[in-house]
Amino acid sequence: MTKTVTDVVCPFCGTLCDDLEVVVSDDGKQLTEVYNACVIGTEKFLHSQAKDRVTRPRLRQEDGSWKEISYDDAAEYTAQMLAKAKKPLMYGWSSTNCEAQSVGHEIAEMVGACVDNTAAVCHGTTLIAVQDIGIPSCTLGEIKNRADRILFWGCNPAHAHPRHMSRYSIYPRGFFTGKGQKSRKMIVVDPRVTDTAKLADVHLQVEQGRDYELLNAIRVALNNEWLPDVVAGIPAQKIREVADICKSGRFGIIFFGMGVTQTLSKNHNIDEAIALTKHLNEFTKFSIMPMRGHYNVTGSGEVLAWQFGFPYSVDLSRGFARYNPGDTSTIDLLARGEVDAMFTLGSDPGAHFPISCVKQIAKLPSVCIDPHQTPTSGVSKLHVPVAFCGVEVGGNAYRMDNVPIDMRKVVDPPAGMLTDEEFLIKVRDRVKQLKGAA
Amino acid sequence: MAAINLNLISGRSIQQGVAIEGGKEKPAYRTAAGIIELDLSDLKKLGAWKGTNVRVTSDYGNVIVKAIETTQGPHPGIGFIPMGPWANSIVNPNTYSTGMPTFKGTPVKVEVAINEPIMLGIELVQRQCGVKVG
Repeated sequence: MTKTVTDVVCPFCGTLCDDLEVVVSDDGKQLTEVYNACVIGTEKFLHSQAKDRVTRPRLRQEDGSWKEISYDDAAEYTAQMLAKAKKPLMYGWSSTNCEAQSVGHEIAEMVGACVDNTAAVCHGTTLIAVQDIGIPSCTLGEIKNRADRILFWGCNPAHAHPRHMSRYSIYPRGFFTGKGQKSRKMIVVDPRVTDTAKLADVHLQVEQGRDYELLNAIRVALNNEWLPDVVAGIPAQKIREVADICKSGRFGIIFFGMGVTQTLSKNHNIDEAIALTKHLNEFTKFSIMPMRGHYNVTGSGEVLAWQFGFPYSVDLSRGFARYNPGDTSTIDLLARGEVDAMFTLGSDPGAHFPISCVKQIAKLPSVCIDPHQTPTSGVSKLHVPVAFCGVEVGGNAYRMDNVPIDMRKVVDPPAGMLTDEEFLIKVRDRVKQLKGAA
Repeated sequence: MAAINLNLISGRSIQQGVAIEGGKEKPAYRTAAGIIELDLSDLKKLGAWKGTNVRVTSDYGNVIVKAIETTQGPHPGIGFIPMGPWANSIVNPNTYSTGMPTFKGTPVKVEVAINEPIMLGIELVQRQCGVKVG
């Protein structure tokens, strides 16, 4: 007989769907089926059952081969590496629970590390903009129940957050949005005709990298001021149409993604998007929300912020927390060759950093803690596989709207495998001894 | 051989999402992310069949990927490589003091490289980093 675990939380994207049903074998060791999840979430749950999974830490040998070692030896290696380094970098944290993040920060404080999460290559510029001018936001529940004007700017939830539209933003019938999709107007701004754009009432196919101008032009249109014939590839008439749609709604929301955070104007794009939201509030109610990628990158920002005061790019090397993106941020630290050890947990910089930064990681003493084999484990000296967070261990995670949700454990990890938190506690206790801390 | 100049953007695709969860060491990851999506008009300018291997070169490096017809177009003048080691071999790493590399909007040249192999994800990174693999 199998049993079904209900209300399982999906540990893939920031939507953090909490309505999954997972069928497990009677002994709780095997996961056989996943219901309600998107195709990516399903794959994540099922991949935890892969027969070729690495289940013990592996240390790279002189000849490039791997040698299996115990978790104790791996913890010793990691603690020694961090304790010896002058300025280690502890990066990742977005695919693990808040409990593990907190233990990691204790280690970082003891060894004087730079701590950074995947916002560094995701919504870091959003965080800068929020510190610049604040953010009028709301929860996804409010959007489901109230929002009738939905803008997706530089994001493609059909691919990146597959259930976002069906659970919260476009299709659900909420308290004041009883007709579901019919009660909402959907506007998509993207240089490609994405699968999200194909569903939209209005698609603005903006010239790539011209988001700032277009955001600004919509503000001009809100004031009924003069506009050039074409802005950022969009005719003025269309811009006015969008401004009117936004104004005429009862509750609007701008969701934005990498299309604005990673193009050239970066944080200034977000500044302008937030300014537009503020401006729209002169006519109706409007909110804005970043489409966070990893399921717990928001949590990492929260935990860092309440422990050190800053949401990412925290430098503890001077014994107190400093924050200065461009200086203390991971990409810049690696590009300038300023760190002398690399610790990665719950992220894959090997695949998702520009190659010049990955080359720098390959030169350093390095530890990669990840259940998967990844390009990061491929260039690291030590690979520590751990239990899948959200599948084989529970813990706390924050949804993209800053709502904390407790994840559920569904199956046991393979025998003898540690969780992120358990491994980090071993490392922390050893670092304490090495540093002579009380 | 013809070459075309494009503006490169990278980003997520659902196939790439499935592949990273299915295992980055697998060929499926290369199939999902070792590609460049081109507008049909750009494919014609390049004089390439759909599914041809191409070399994409920027000021920051070059990489071999498979040219396919875009599924989310038209977008003439724009090339799309899903996020991953292939895109990151050629994106602009400059942060201009924001901490964020310029992942979207890298000028690139695309040329046919029909006989060049497309590497697997982990292998591509290891090769470029000079990691000795046993």
